[in-house]
Amino acid sequence: MKLLLENAHIEGIRNYDIYRKHGGYRAVEKALKLTPDEVVEEVKKSGLRGRGGAGFPTGMKWSFLAKPEGVPRHLVCNADESEPGTFKDRYLMEFLPHLLIEGLIVSSYALGSNLTFIYIRGEYAWIVDILEQAIAEAKNNGWLGKNILGTGFDCEIYVQRGAGAYICGEETALIESLEGKRGNPRIKPPFPAVQGLWMRPTVVNNVETIAAVVPIINLSGEEYAKIGVGRSTGTKLISACGNINKPGIYEITMTESVEEFIYSDEYCGGIPKGKRLKACIPGGSSVPIVPTNLLFKTAKGETRYMNYESLSDGGFATGTMMGSGGFIVFDEDQCIVRHTWTLARFYAHESCGQCSPCREGTGWMYRILKNLEHGKGKMSDIDLLWDVQRKIEGNTICPLGDAAAWPVAAAIRHFRDEFEWHVTHADEAQKRNFGLAHYADPRPVPAS
Amino acid sequence: MSISFSEAKRKEVNDIIARYPDGKQKGALIPILHVAQEENGGWLDIPTMDYVANLLNILPIEVYEVATFYTMFNMKPVGKYVFEVCRTGPCMLNGSDDIIQYIKDKLSITEGETTPDGLFTLKPAECLGACGYAPMMQLGKFYKEHLTKEKVDQIIEDCRKNAGVNN
Repeated sequence: MKLLLENAHIEGIRNYDIYRKHGGYRAVEKALKLTPDEVVEEVKKSGLRGRGGAGFPTGMKWSFLAKPEGVPRHLVCNADESEPGTFKDRYLMEFLPHLLIEGLIVSSYALGSNLTFIYIRGEYAWIVDILEQAIAEAKNNGWLGKNILGTGFDCEIYVQRGAGAYICGEETALIESLEGKRGNPRIKPPFPAVQGLWMRPTVVNNVETIAAVVPIINLSGEEYAKIGVGRSTGTKLISACGNINKPGIYEITMTESVEEFIYSDEYCGGIPKGKRLKACIPGGSSVPIVPTNLLFKTAKGETRYMNYESLSDGGFATGTMMGSGGFIVFDEDQCIVRHTWTLARFYAHESCGQCSPCREGTGWMYRILKNLEHGKGKMSDIDLLWDVQRKIEGNTICPLGDAAAWPVAAAIRHFRDEFEWHVTHADEAQKRNFGLAHYADPRPVPAS
Repeated sequence: MSISFSEAKRKEVNDIIARYPDGKQKGALIPILHVAQEENGGWLDIPTMDYVANLLNILPIEVYEVATFYTMFNMKPVGKYVFEVCRTGPCMLNGSDDIIQYIKDKLSITEGETTPDGLFTLKPAECLGACGYAPMMQLGKFYKEHLTKEKVDQIIEDCRKNAGVNN
């Protein structure tokens, strides 16, 4: 079942007329007949959870928005997609720009935002043109501007480019960046819902979250909540990459098992070259990596499914997280130490430098991992690495510190003997494609 | 050497500034720095940043601190074509190391260096959001994906042709 990508295959769907012909902007027509509070209520009923990574209920986030008399409020769309393994928002914006604009109009109406921004990562430069084209078309057809559909509601949407900073995906850093400053996260509270952009009440939502508001209004919150399972309602986009036959964007109903998702031809289509599966990071680089034996089945021996609850079953000891849906698959030849090293380099590069545990810790982890990967590590380095990540986690203003610590912790937790092997076999450790085979799926490779 | 925007660019910049509420024009800083960098041959020098500060009526230091924070703003001159090759995890799994090495060998430059003819700069990048189409690089406004050695050869050849240089 597809809600977001239902029309993605239609030729020219980027174009306003074709989008409209296939039912586009119905959600705006429907929502603007409701009161803003009724729209918020629909989103609450839908059970929609933030699709950027944290999974916080969107309706609740919206209901926290302060509404002081005479103070403008803002909606900001977080399109600063930078989590390694995640490229779903790019797909939505590139191929279905009107879906995002439609969702933004409905959401802006619900929240009372007359000035709404899309903050997009600077590297997606060509997508800015696509979005601005869509905004212009929407405006020409009366969906934006003054007195939309005669309701008295005014709304403008602008696209602002960032300039290459992962940290600006954190909502307070994003707000700082929108204000023309360095992307240093703010101390919370006050939360953006009370004091956000220019100290005005602000809601920051991910691209996919905003897009999901369109089917919620079209179907009704109650109907949307029936899709999915438990507290994982609706559909989720998964960007699948790494060692799989069919990398790309998949919309799932969160009822698929992880095994099905990796091996079925409808999704990833299995591992190339008949290799076996070693490990997976199912929700973007920040979430814990899990070896195959914990990926298909939880520690309790139950089948693991592609949803928030099932993926996090077992906590960080034996589970992982849904995160942003950046699904990274490792075949049996991949070296976990090398991969963890590239992630540590990423976080060291992206740390804003505000908090010393993160600023110093991410660089320190990077250097230790570099030594290990290049055959210059000591056995004690592994414990030191564990110690450093423990001292970052929870000790920083924003979650980047945690995001840097978790992948390192999980790699040591589940693949410790591979780290040790890098110390005891220093010469061989420098070979790039190395994987301890006992982690790989022991079963025969399914035919693909 | 100080820069000054053309009339068309001035209009573009004023349109950007007009998006922001009164007194909040500083919000336009990053978009305008993108324009300024493009106008200044791909990097930001002090006179350019001072010019931007003047446009927005803010202190030069407010521009410097932002320009130095964001990876996309170059504080040193770069080549006409900047190869920003992603090397983070998912690209690494699909062979970005080999692509980077190939570019280094082919152009005889290392990370951060520019070829003597001023045409190419190699700038390793962290995740550019194209993990499913790895290995990849950013070249100007667009992405070059599913890179192979042959594709890299082709890209380099096309760049040389565009620049009107005979090898």
